[in-house]
Amino acid sequence: MDTRKEKFPYGIPGHNLSEIEREIPIEEPPVWPVNDKLKIIGKRVTRIDALDKVTGKAKYTSDVRLPGMLFAKMLRSNLPHAVITSIDISKAESLPGVHAIHLIENVQKEGEENKNGKYPMVKYVGQPLGGIAAESLEIAKDAISLIKVNYEKKPFVIDIESAMEMGAPIVFDEPITQQEDGGDVGEVHDGSKGEGNVRGPSTSSFFGGPRGDLEAGFKEADVIVERTYRTQVHTHMPLETHGVVVDWRPDMMMVYASTQNTNAVRNEMASIFNLPKSKVRVFCDFMGGGFGAKHSAGSFGPMAANLAKKSGRPVWLMLDRQEEHIAEGNRPNSIQYLKIGARKDGTLTGIEQRSHGTAGVALGAGVGRIAQILYPCPNFATEQYDVLTNAGPGAAWRAPGNVQGAFGLEQAIDELAEKLGMDPLSYRDLIDKSEVRKVERQRGAKLFDWSRRQPAGSGKDVVKKGLGVGQSTWPRFVTLDSSVEVKIHNDGGVEIRSSVQDIGTGTKTILAQVVAEELGLKVKDITVNIGDTFFPVGPGSGGSVVTGSITPPTRNAAFEAKKELLKLVAKKWETDVVELFIEDGQVGSNKNAELKMPFKEATKLMRTSQISKIASRSDDYGGFQQPWGLAYGDLGSVQFAEVSVNTDTGFVKVDRVVAAHSCGRPLNIGQLESQINGGVIQGVS
Amino acid sequence: MDDKDQESESKPAKGLSRRSFLRGAGLSTAGSVLLTTNAFALEYKEHRNAGEEFGPDAMTIKMKVNGLVKSLSVEPRTTLASALRDHLELTGTKVVCDRGSCSACTVYLDGKPVNSCMMSAFDVGDKEITTIEGIAKNGELHPVQEAFIEHDASQCGYCTPGMIMSCVHLVDNNTDLNLDDVKDATRGNLCRCGTHPHVFKATLAAAKKTI
Repeated sequence: MDTRKEKFPYGIPGHNLSEIEREIPIEEPPVWPVNDKLKIIGKRVTRIDALDKVTGKAKYTSDVRLPGMLFAKMLRSNLPHAVITSIDISKAESLPGVHAIHLIENVQKEGEENKNGKYPMVKYVGQPLGGIAAESLEIAKDAISLIKVNYEKKPFVIDIESAMEMGAPIVFDEPITQQEDGGDVGEVHDGSKGEGNVRGPSTSSFFGGPRGDLEAGFKEADVIVERTYRTQVHTHMPLETHGVVVDWRPDMMMVYASTQNTNAVRNEMASIFNLPKSKVRVFCDFMGGGFGAKHSAGSFGPMAANLAKKSGRPVWLMLDRQEEHIAEGNRPNSIQYLKIGARKDGTLTGIEQRSHGTAGVALGAGVGRIAQILYPCPNFATEQYDVLTNAGPGAAWRAPGNVQGAFGLEQAIDELAEKLGMDPLSYRDLIDKSEVRKVERQRGAKLFDWSRRQPAGSGKDVVKKGLGVGQSTWPRFVTLDSSVEVKIHNDGGVEIRSSVQDIGTGTKTILAQVVAEELGLKVKDITVNIGDTFFPVGPGSGGSVVTGSITPPTRNAAFEAKKELLKLVAKKWETDVVELFIEDGQVGSNKNAELKMPFKEATKLMRTSQISKIASRSDDYGGFQQPWGLAYGDLGSVQFAEVSVNTDTGFVKVDRVVAAHSCGRPLNIGQLESQINGGVIQGVS
Repeated sequence: MDDKDQESESKPAKGLSRRSFLRGAGLSTAGSVLLTTNAFALEYKEHRNAGEEFGPDAMTIKMKVNGLVKSLSVEPRTTLASALRDHLELTGTKVVCDRGSCSACTVYLDGKPVNSCMMSAFDVGDKEITTIEGIAKNGELHPVQEAFIEHDASQCGYCTPGMIMSCVHLVDNNTDLNLDDVKDATRGNLCRCGTHPHVFKATLAAAKKTI
């Protein structure tokens, strides 16, 4: 691959902005300067789909209404652990308005003896067993209540500590593997290690394994904090529940999905029903939140498809609020033991972490990598265990594992600071080597007015006030399989196409901003058609990968399309294409100020109806530590909180939060504020 | 919040309360309801008598929605939210909790906000319904809608219709309002993306106030 060298803006504007040289593919556009010198990028651009949202016109998956469409409801177990002996559907079948019933059955491999019985073993309340499609949701619900499931009860365990005891009911008596929902980026062990319900541990991550000598580290320490912290289970609760509408036409399976990953749902459905990917189309225009739990077709996707196949009609299957709570994902709880040692001067000498958490019947309850990387420490080891219980499966949620891990570590660091007699903010200045977080601490402390903080025990009233600070970090991920098509139509229209979806963070808008900036047009001139797997494959919306994965190919495709258009203008003007540019909707020339042509007129020079360019995310420009697209970019956040606690009633009120976050180049300030507001508010609710 | 309290007995003659609906439904055979209100006011000239029994099969009723009289065939157990979404395809009204605690399904009944998931379609009678689709008039947005766009007050947008219904009602009925009034008006509106700070800003801006 031919490359050239370019200098990129690097660092924090107003602090240490400099340049860094990178080798980039030769055909890529010139590097953009900092946002101040750009017209649309980094500005407060209103969402291109806001009008649809404020007028109720935005069509979400749950709003899809197709001719002949049936409404479906899932049959779920109401026992936590049982063998199903029989299921009687005769009454449900004969209810008027019922069109199809599908029961989930064990798949018997050819030549194998089916020792598991006809139906899957029930492992948690809410486990999907089947579904019914009927003419209305009410009829479907009635029909579900007419199904009689006969169970043989088995002992169960739902509490993490009970599940860890010897002699506890065993949830799985076999190795299990992590669910492939595409959303979890946590450390994965194979689920076969461990005893009873306790599986694992995982002891390393993509940042490496244990380091140094813990015993020696703690011997060196003057001060040691040894504590156990607990975090509770959370449920994601996106306002739009999980669900799909499946329209299985003779030539193609059309799936409307409320999903964070249209491409993953397409691949799952194609694989389950043995269809070529080209015969499954997944579509997601608007979606009502996911927060990590909506990366998969789940059990509802195949269920809707089976019911559509049996009934020959489109099937709407959206879950209800209860199903959402018990069966469609949660952030696992944690019990974290931490031991941290430091010298008198504050230098960290050892960090030991051991955690147990339960993701119910699933794996993935680790507490992330925060303890491993937030503060440099020569001696470190972690053991993170999954505890299986008879409860619904966990799912990825906004930095899976890191949230629990940051809570534990930052509590311990505060306690260490107190033991050392240091201010918790100053102590972090001492042990945190991140330049980004240093600036975040400085700017945040000023806004928050940290200096008013009183020593512990100063408050004498019943309602006591606390001022605290906590930090976190997240690596920079990129999905290298990210592609976009940019089309310039011969009526002046510009269109962006990709399977990438907008989960509410504003992906549609930033794509339009990138193309408008590159083509010298306005955001309103750009049409964004995304969330459709008939278009080039984009990334899933998880792990903070979308913007960094999809905007570079978007710009590259726009750049390529622009070059082709400008060639036509250059030919007409009998000039060299390198002299031409587009600005404010006009093609102009560097050499001759008199040459001008509106963009729309230029598109009339096209021989075909459109110029179409597809570009894909380049391999990295030199910063990845892992070839699959991971970099530790020193990114992170610092948050300050003012909290009141009524020491009589225990009532806790978060009075104020100042959040300082870094994200690389911000593309849309308004949307960025919204997303940070959302993270903070969701964190305390 | 008082505005949304459908348990309110302040207007018993109007028969709006959920309690009276449930009382009626409880007394009748399963699936059918006793008429406790003038449910068919738009359809029949003659007044129907309380105590008549309907259902469980679907019946045609008429409803005035966003200024238009609509005819729809619904079972007596149909909620107003379902009538709007599933029968009239007015899907801007969202069903999120389906139990009257998140306000995503807020519509106006004679200008008064109600949770449409908690109300029987049969109980609407001749009252005028306004949904999110009816807030912009002749293609012109309400100042609250404009301010929501300007201040980025929606993220995924699923709570937005309900938020707008709450805020439009507040702004239209109060000349002098402050941040606490906006917080009160949206107290019942659940949002998971955390749009509240921008909702507050937008609503105050629409009322020409700044935080």
